[in-house]
Amino acid sequence: MNSTPEKITQTDCLISLFEKNKEILNQGSSPLLNQVREVSVNRFAQTGIPEKKNEDYKYTNMSPAFEKNYTQELVRESGLINLNEVFKNNIPELDAHLVFLVNGWFYSGNNPSAGLPAGVVLGSLEQIANERPDLLANYNAQSGLSSDPFAALNGAFAKDGFFLFLPKALVVEKPIQIINLLSSDHDLMVTQRNLVIAESGSQVKLVVCDHTLNSASFLFNSVTEVFVGEDASVDVYTIQNHHNQSTIINSSFYWLERNSSLVTGAISLHGGLIRNNEKVTFRGDHANANVNGIAFTDKKQHVDNFILVEHNTPNCQSNQIYKSILDDESTGAFSGRIHVARNAQQTIAFQRNNNVLLSDKAKMQTKPQLIIDADDVKCSHGATVGQIDEEALFFLRARGIGEKNARMMLMNAFTREVVQKITIESLRNRLDELIEKRLTGELSRFYDLQ
Amino acid sequence: MLTIKNLRASVEGKEILKGINLEINSGEVHAIMGPNGSGKSTLANVLAGKSDYEILGGEVTFMGQDLLALSPEDRSRSGLFLSFQYPVEIPGVPMVNFIKASVNEHRKFKGLDPLTAGEFLKLMRAKKEMLHLDSELTNRSVNEGFSGGEKKKNEIFQMAMLEPKLAILDETDSGLDIDALRIVAEGVNALKTPETATIVVTHYQRLLDYIVPDFVHILYHGRIVKTGGKELALELEERGYDWIKNGND
Repeated sequence: MNSTPEKITQTDCLISLFEKNKEILNQGSSPLLNQVREVSVNRFAQTGIPEKKNEDYKYTNMSPAFEKNYTQELVRESGLINLNEVFKNNIPELDAHLVFLVNGWFYSGNNPSAGLPAGVVLGSLEQIANERPDLLANYNAQSGLSSDPFAALNGAFAKDGFFLFLPKALVVEKPIQIINLLSSDHDLMVTQRNLVIAESGSQVKLVVCDHTLNSASFLFNSVTEVFVGEDASVDVYTIQNHHNQSTIINSSFYWLERNSSLVTGAISLHGGLIRNNEKVTFRGDHANANVNGIAFTDKKQHVDNFILVEHNTPNCQSNQIYKSILDDESTGAFSGRIHVARNAQQTIAFQRNNNVLLSDKAKMQTKPQLIIDADDVKCSHGATVGQIDEEALFFLRARGIGEKNARMMLMNAFTREVVQKITIESLRNRLDELIEKRLTGELSRFYDLQ
Repeated sequence: MLTIKNLRASVEGKEILKGINLEINSGEVHAIMGPNGSGKSTLANVLAGKSDYEILGGEVTFMGQDLLALSPEDRSRSGLFLSFQYPVEIPGVPMVNFIKASVNEHRKFKGLDPLTAGEFLKLMRAKKEMLHLDSELTNRSVNEGFSGGEKKKNEIFQMAMLEPKLAILDETDSGLDIDALRIVAEGVNALKTPETATIVVTHYQRLLDYIVPDFVHILYHGRIVKTGGKELALELEERGYDWIKNGND
């Protein structure tokens, strides 16, 4: 019998894996990425894989996800795969600039600059950090200051991901679609690090799609840093669609300069365990952030949305709407912390979390939190956990609409508020269909067949 | 069309309907009146199939079918329509989507193809004109933010779209001012044909000035204690419910 607590073992394993492979990790990587590895691994060592007594992970037990025997691809595996054969695009209607990542690596078959306006840089973080360190130097790895253990773990192991740079005043009309594929015949841990820099006055819409291609267990630990310059506008929509043996830890850090605007939508369609950390930091006045999400869970799935909005500057506005529909024995959590600093006067901050439980065994934990140090602000928060409205259901049935359809109408109505916030029409329309497929069980059946 | 025999029903263990007998034929208008708590709304809801009620006994035949064996949706598709006393607000469900789904489910039940978008809009426009309905109502979510009067007009609009054989109007007059009451009543009258029947559930006589009943039934303590012609409603108005209570307590 091993008397050492298992949590320490998992953490130790990861740290010793790092120590053993330091050279391989540094190999081929830019000093920009390598210089944060040591500090990151030390930060991770301090917390380790968080336990339940860690307030930020109170509702989500991360340990079981780390108990599997994952391998990691510490060097890029060569070889092309026929993407058309292995993968069906979730949103074929989307007229977008399309790039793929496979197991965290920017796919070598991409032709990222095709069709993009001159001046936009889209490509592999590893490659661009080596070739154009000037582009990244002021931005990269600022999330290293975060206390989150998984962002720290990411900093230790990250080698690649996507990089996007928009020069001043440049508007990318078509959305950029990033497809993250996980494909392996053995259990795999993937570390991906992404960086988006939107210089002042630029505009871009990103659609990020997460997929698992086969039934191996995956642990996907992704960090995305997004810098939104003055007067710039960035939309980031994430559609998570993994099988039940997968864990997603998705940490996004957004920095908003003066007069900038951010819209996010985290659509957790399907996945075993999903933890979304979203941190929005206002760094200039008159900026605006809309941070939204919908989660669907059934069986034993769990989705935890952990949102932090830091109002550090005056006259900014943030809105959060998170919703979830939980079935079977699935569980969910929402924590939304809004912090208004003393000088952030005239802040408007709004937050709502609504949840529908479809079964007696489903469970939702919701924790809205307002910490206000300024005195001239408008802030509100609210949370509900309930069932499908039986009165509305009877009303629809009494008009001849079958029970199944009536339920579907009500669930669609519930999620519509969030879907409507998405600024890409073809994505909205497609999401209506995907959500219906999810609610009728079609998406889950797809994974059962794999 | 509708035959109710000795219908008994309870809610949360409390018996509300204690043996209702009623026969309704096509072309007839029946008013069901009674003091608060007499079981009027329970009867309307039991006929529409609301699951909060437990059927303790009796039988209901509608168009030759055992009504109580049907789901609420099949009752609706078979031609029964309940106009709700308190129509529910459903944010996020656009009126147009709802009424289109409803009309097409009715058509499917009858073996008809769904209406095309053009046909549907034409039908909707015609019915709105017929009822002098504010066309803006159909651009919103079902009943969301509607006034009491708008909700009731919306119920009659749905009735016009679905053309039921039997309409049950549950306290349609409650919360209506006199103008809205007239519009709603005119709508109901316009939809009346020799093949359809109407049950008007009401507390007051005033709606019956507009929708003139062939029969008036007085419900008290879960039983029909008196049946008469339209003059019974007037007599009730004059003498008050105490007149009934005194004889039946």
